[in-house]
Amino acid sequence: MKKVINDANHVVDEMLDGLVEAYPTFLKRLPGTTVISRSDAPVQGKVGIVSGGGSGHEPAHAGFVGKGMLDVAVAGEVFTSPTPDQIIEAIKAVDSGNGVLLIIKNYTGDVMNFEMAQEMAEMEGIKVDSVIVNDDVAVEDSTFTVGRRGIAGTVFVHKIAGAKADTGASLEEVKAVAEKTIANVRSMGVALSSCTVPAAGKPSFTLADNEMEIGIGIHGEPGIERVPLEKADNIATILVDKVLADINYVKAEVALMVNGLGATPEMELHIVNRKVSDLLKEKEITLYKTWVGEYMTSLDMAGFSITLLKLDSELKNLLVQDVKTIAFHV
Amino acid sequence: MIILTVDKAKDWMKEIQKRMFDHKDQLTELDQAIGDGDHGINMARGFHEVVAKVNHTTYDSVADVLKSAAMTLMAKVGGASGPLYGTAFLKMSLAMQGKEVDQDVFKQAINDAVEGLQARGKADFGEKTMYDVWKQVANFLQEEDVKDWYGILEVCQATIEDTREMAATKGRASYLKERSKGHVDPGSMSSFYIFEALAEVLDLEE
Repeated sequence: MKKVINDANHVVDEMLDGLVEAYPTFLKRLPGTTVISRSDAPVQGKVGIVSGGGSGHEPAHAGFVGKGMLDVAVAGEVFTSPTPDQIIEAIKAVDSGNGVLLIIKNYTGDVMNFEMAQEMAEMEGIKVDSVIVNDDVAVEDSTFTVGRRGIAGTVFVHKIAGAKADTGASLEEVKAVAEKTIANVRSMGVALSSCTVPAAGKPSFTLADNEMEIGIGIHGEPGIERVPLEKADNIATILVDKVLADINYVKAEVALMVNGLGATPEMELHIVNRKVSDLLKEKEITLYKTWVGEYMTSLDMAGFSITLLKLDSELKNLLVQDVKTIAFHV
Repeated sequence: MIILTVDKAKDWMKEIQKRMFDHKDQLTELDQAIGDGDHGINMARGFHEVVAKVNHTTYDSVADVLKSAAMTLMAKVGGASGPLYGTAFLKMSLAMQGKEVDQDVFKQAINDAVEGLQARGKADFGEKTMYDVWKQVANFLQEEDVKDWYGILEVCQATIEDTREMAATKGRASYLKERSKGHVDPGSMSSFYIFEALAEVLDLEE
């Protein structure tokens, strides 16, 4: 393992310290916690938006904290859900009496820890509700599985829920639009190489030089199939086809995110985006807006994911509403 | 008759810690086979913290001891086991609130813990999770006297053996589907140690 770290056990703590040093006017770290909050939280008269999860997905989730998006992000250990005590601190920090919405990615640990925090905050008299994002079409969704994972599509849910909350909408209204976003967002990823969790010290899995894994999870969970590496246009086509097969996008208007997983250069992401844009045009799908870059990474994994969000007029307006965060811009 | 006191509850935590420490490698190996390989480490760390906490705190009731344990477990164990065990102990604590712990209160507490586990884990019986073991204990207590605690341990062991050949449909092991067969669920095993520790401390003599 070759990493710029001091101690594998302190990576999250030291990262969070560095982050708030870089953006002192934007962000603050709640003392003694792994919670990164807007410096002006709680914002009066507004539903508080809370998200978070394991670390290692930077800029998620703290990079999306700011006006018009998240009020607070809770960081867990690398690829490990934050614990309820930390989440409760986050909820309390952003509650202005208008209620709090938790945006959770669909992993067993995340769901349990966030729901537990939700129940305990409710016991203390705070109005809390939650939504669970499950955009990864690589995983079978059925009552016999834990269901689809939450990946890069979560960022669109952050944006839209945050924008809705900024309009002064109620907790019920913010939750409804978050649910609508989840119902219309789909993603799928591909890995060209593994990632290395600092505390583990070695790659989570191995891929040969000429191989790629289609449908990879953002913690290196197995995908659909392992196949020989192809040219960018072919990889893009495989992913777009899988995403389009899952929901009816005919004549739809969509937002697109081409998300790097950590070790794929922006140059390659734009090469992918070129093909994706072409494919959507061919299929008469209207592109409303595109984001290309790193939003939901997997440490030092090479690869990318493609996310499509089917839009209506409400989602369109909220998606481009003013936002001020480190990592998401309109 | 009171079967669990503040001191006994503290002893329970110490007996659990001892077992988690002694079986740390076993639990971790079980978890490496079908999970993410940190169950023994997490449980040993969690109960080490619980004992450190209860040793240095004065409690008025068993409910307070268990609440303290619950809060510590959910903060220190992490993953899915933290909230699951945290929920189990929190529900027991709530059932014991304002009460001395006799047989009836104890049975109710176990029942509530089992319901809490089911709700938190969204698990049903036979999905190869710790819920299987807890549910069997609750079923046993419906029928039998707490005095038969060693009978409960036999039931737990039999349940764990039954689950060995199941395919997991909940938790991280469920990503492996059929490949989880032939392996004992690590959460079921750690649950067994919790009940074994309880047998050690409960006042079961007339």
